[in-house]
Order: sequence, then structure tokens, then C-alpha cells
Amino acid sequence: MEDFLSGIELLARLDVLIALFIGSVGGVIIGAIPGVGPAVAIAILLPATFSLEPIVGLTMLLGIYGSSMYGGALPAVLINTPGTAVNALTSYDGYPMTQRGEANRALSLAYSASFWGGIFGILCLILLSPVLAIVAPMFGSREIFLAALLGIILVIFAHRGQVLAAGMLAMFGIFLQTVGLDAVTYTQRYTFDLSWLSSGVNLIVVVLGLFALSQAFVLLVSPDEAPEATHVKGRPTSGIKEVMGNKRVATAAGGFGVLMGMIPGTGEFTAQFMSYTYAQKTSKNPDEFGKGSPEGLIASEAANNAVPAAAMIPLLALGIPGEALTAMMLSVFYIHNVIPGPALFQNNIDLVYALYIALILLNVIVFAFLLVSTNVLTKVIQIPTRFLGVLILVLSFVGVYSLRNSLTDCMMAAGFGVFGLILKRLNLPIVPIVLGMVLGGIMEVKLRSAMARVKTPMDMIDRPIAFILFLLILLVIGLHIRTEIREIRAKLPEEDHDVHDTQLR
Amino acid sequence: MGRGQLRPTCIIQSGSSMARVKTLQALFKRYRRPGDVVFAWAALVVAVLLLSQLGAETNLKAGGKLVARPWFWPAVSLGGMAVFAALHLLTSLISERIEGRWVEIWYWIRSLEYAGWFIAYAAIVPIAGYLPSTIVFTLALIFRVGYRGSRFFWAGAVGAVATVLVFKSFLQVKLPAGQVYEYLPDGIRQIMLTYF
Repeated sequence: MEDFLSGIELLARLDVLIALFIGSVGGVIIGAIPGVGPAVAIAILLPATFSLEPIVGLTMLLGIYGSSMYGGALPAVLINTPGTAVNALTSYDGYPMTQRGEANRALSLAYSASFWGGIFGILCLILLSPVLAIVAPMFGSREIFLAALLGIILVIFAHRGQVLAAGMLAMFGIFLQTVGLDAVTYTQRYTFDLSWLSSGVNLIVVVLGLFALSQAFVLLVSPDEAPEATHVKGRPTSGIKEVMGNKRVATAAGGFGVLMGMIPGTGEFTAQFMSYTYAQKTSKNPDEFGKGSPEGLIASEAANNAVPAAAMIPLLALGIPGEALTAMMLSVFYIHNVIPGPALFQNNIDLVYALYIALILLNVIVFAFLLVSTNVLTKVIQIPTRFLGVLILVLSFVGVYSLRNSLTDCMMAAGFGVFGLILKRLNLPIVPIVLGMVLGGIMEVKLRSAMARVKTPMDMIDRPIAFILFLLILLVIGLHIRTEIREIRAKLPEEDHDVHDTQLR
Repeated sequence: MGRGQLRPTCIIQSGSSMARVKTLQALFKRYRRPGDVVFAWAALVVAVLLLSQLGAETNLKAGGKLVARPWFWPAVSLGGMAVFAALHLLTSLISERIEGRWVEIWYWIRSLEYAGWFIAYAAIVPIAGYLPSTIVFTLALIFRVGYRGSRFFWAGAVGAVATVLVFKSFLQVKLPAGQVYEYLPDGIRQIMLTYF
């Protein structure tokens, strides 16, 4: 309780609250613009928060992370274009509702379900904290290495139908983090005698290039569009009652969100698909799904909003990010000298509680904001895409150049921007590169330090958690192989999946 | 005739049955886009070229445990990348060709222009200053992408000034002061150097 109160004390400052407010409201606005998304926003704002105090910078970015999915529901419902990639399923039922004149009902349902999922996720995080505080210190170098390895494997296998490309890009990410001066042996690795490569490839430069600049290039090269959104009329609170009437679906969806959020590489998509399928199978009106089913909308939105809180679990407890946004959040923690991992729960538990409280506050702020601002936000959706591209380019410059005032960084970011554009156009995933860089670094450091006590390979797994992680790795690989074989035997038709297509929007 | 129609024939001749061809194709089939094979070739060539430089670009003679040697992780990652890239290329080659490869590559090349704009903007800021460069860059790019209405230029100018005010004036983000500011009169020079 004492730690909880110190957490509140950490947040009870005007600058922190302003940062949280700006982050939350900004996140909703950014989420509502198709083609921007939280990854672009966090990438741009990352360097801007360097000069702020850790708690101020962290709450601002946490605000964007947690609130963007709320905003993303708006264009998904109104113009059939998800604002963020994880609102894809929302459009399945939200847009048909808009077409039959129920836009207000759909939006109100989406906001209410998002709020339910968000709060459910945070409550799970709070309830799990005592367990995490006990389990996290049991993770030594070996365990963290194995957990990071499991993370990489899951990220690769999570890209079904694109496992080979995801594997290749994850390996490329691991390679990128090895470039530069090796910190232990002080020898150059893949610097090609170029002095600017000695300090390595900066993660933020790569992230800004792959997410922000690539998106700007896509928008600038593609034909200009300015979507038309309908004006929303009606009481914005009407959905609260309807969600309360569908508590079972909302809670189950939140549960899927929490479960999937904790597992690296799976995240919002899997949670959404699982909860949507569950809702459809247990519904009295399964035929309504995809044609404007309130249950489908609730399942989709409650699931994706439960993920951010759950994704903080491996990040905070082990320092292992599960997807791109938490990978970026990890770099924010590092920059502010807050090192997530087992020690965080022992030494800075007040900060952990402060982050939980910030998550609750942001859900309340966003929900209240959306209830009064929907029609203002519909104007944001209508910004022409090329104009948006120009703005992203201008903002990205601040992000890249303010890192260390280096023109070389800008050139590298531009190069990664073109690379990101090619990946997006080819419907190939970007996330494995970023996670490869982050998890590759963790694996290299932890394996080295683990080796001091490892005499034979079996020593790697002679502790209970290490052994469990090893079994999990085998299980994941085994399950993947079994699924592949089953699909081949069943001669299933090729599934046309547009999962990464949403990156283009 | 597309390449996709040729490759299975080759496999039929070397394989034992038609079913095996289908299985092999099903195993490697995935949702592709035009230009995929170009990317697959490029990825494989890059991975193999980088791997071939392992001896020159890392210290192979360093001692210690295997996993602690400086070449270990570059070798693992590039080796893995080369294997995945080779399999990725194989999937592209045995899949049916999608029309529009060169149109797609032209799209990629067109994006280089905007990469150039971005680098030029970054090169000009330390000379001309953040505020003037941002306004000029924004307006010029708005013109370049085809907008002609005055409301776009006004919105662009407001956006540019707002960006500078938020990041440089308010958040004091680390950006260099423009060299041209040195030629400004005393009173205004200090303000421009600090805030714009």
C-alpha cells in the first residue's frame, strides 16, 4: 500500500498530468488519422521526450500508446478504414452499422467496449503484480536469454504465411544491432572502416525510418485522397448500457487481450481474432457477424484495448518487448535510465504503480474526451493524405535530427524509410526487424553473462524457469510444425490475409 | 508464359508424383505482391555478400568461449538471414508470377525523390535555421505534391510554425541554430538563436 501511495505521489504533479493529458488526447487524434498510427507518433516524439523527466516522458508516450486504439475505431466505423492496424476487425461490424444509420450506436459501443477492455487489462496487471514481484527475480541471465529467444521465435511464427520473410527480417534486425564497436572485445564489427558506423546503428533512427518516414513516403508517392466522414448524431453514452448487457463477451474479449498481450509476438491481432471467433460461436445471432453485430464490435474493441496493459507485463518484469510499440517504449525506459527487468520490481515498484495508475487515468481521460469530441475528430479523418505525408516528414526530421544533430542519421533514416516503404508495399512485416534489434541485443548480452556459470549445454536449463522456457520453445516449434503438416495434409486453400496491409492505410 | 507455369513442370520431372508437387507448392505458397522476387533476390545477395565479409569485418582470432567471440552473433544472424532469404526466394520462384513488377519497382524508385527532399531539408537547417528552412521546405513540398489552393499553403505554413514553436521554442529540443542568424541585428539575433 505504501508503494501504491508513493506511486500516486509520483503522478501528482502538474507537469506529469499535463503530459498524460497531451499524450492521451494526442493519441486519440493520431489514432483517428488513417495512415499515421501510434508507432509513427511514438517514433517522432521519442527524442522530444529526452529532455523531459523520466516520469513525464514515460506518461506522455504511455498516453499515446494506450489511447490510439480508441481513436482508431472512429475511421474504422465511419469510413471502413481502420485508423490503426489493430482496429481492422472493428470495421467488419462498425461500418455496416454506420451504413444502416447507426453510426452513433456503433461508436458509443466501440468506446464503451474499449474502456471495459482497457480497465480489465489494467486490473489484471495490478492483480498479477505481486506474482510478478515474486517470479521476476527468479529470472537470471539464462532465463532472460531463453525468454528473448522464445520471443524471437514467437514473433517469426506469429506471421503466418510469411514465416520465411519474418525470419529473414528478424535475423537482419539481430545483425543490425551487432554493427559497430563490440563493447566487450573492443573490436569493430561490420563498420567497413567508416567512422560513423563505429557507434552502431541507432534503434531510434531505424524505427523512425521504418515507421514514420516510410509512411510519409507511401503517402507522398500514392495518389491523394481525402475521405468523407458522416456527421454523427445522438447520445454518445448510449453504448455503455449495451456493453453492460454484453458483459460476458466484453470480459472474455478482455481476457483474450490480456493473455495474448503477455505473449511476445502475438498481440492485438490474435487477441481480436480469437475473441471475435469466440463471440460468434457463442452468440445467439452468429449470422449477424460481419453485417453489423454489436457483439462483434464489442469483442473486437475490448480485446485490442486490453493488450497495452498486458504487453507491459513482459516489458516491465523482464525487459522483453512483445511488439514494436513496447520495443519503442523499452528504448524510452533506457534513455530515462529506468531499466525494466526483475530489479525494477524490487527497487522501483513505486514507478511501476505510477505507470498502472497513469494507465487507468488515461482510459478515463480518453473516454471522457471521446464522448464530447467525436464530431471534431471526424474533421481530422478528412485531412488529405499527401498533406499528411508532408507533415509527417517535417515532424520526423525533429525526431531524427535532435538525436545527435547528425546528417548521417538523417541519411540512414531516409534509407530505412525507403526500405520500410518496400516492405509495406510487399505486404511484409516491419516489426521483426525492430524486435530483432532489441531482442538480439538482449540475447547477446545475456548469453555472454550466462556463460560464466555454464560448463555444459545442459547447465543452461538446469534451473526450473530455464527448463520451463526451454520446454516452451520446443512446444512452440513442435506446434508450428504440426500445424504446417496438418494444413498440407488437409490441402487447405490459401488464405488471403491482409494483416500487414493495414500498415499502408 | 509466366515463370509460375514453368517451375512446377520442372519439379514434376524431378519429383515422384503430381501430389508431391502440390504439397511442395502448398508448403511454400504465400500471399505475394508484385516485385516480390526482386526483393527476394536482393535480400539473398545482401545476406550472402555480408556473410562473405565475416573474416574481414570481425575479429575471427579473438579467444574465449564460442558465444562470447565477436564474430558469433554476426555469423548466426547473417547465416540465418541467408537461409531464410534462400527459402523466401524459392517460394517466390515457384509461385505464379504476378503482373506489374516493373510498375512496382518504379514506385519504389519514386520514393527516393522524397528521401532526397528529406536529406536536403536536414542539410539546410544548420545553415538557414530551423524556422525559415521548415517553412520553405513545407511550402515547397506542398507545391511539389500537387496542391495549388491557397488554403493548403496557409495550413502548411501554420503547421510549420507550430512545429517549430512546439519542439524548438517550447520543448527546447536540441537543434542547431542557423548560421544566417549571425547576420541578424543584435536584439533579434539572440531570440532567433535560442528559440527558432
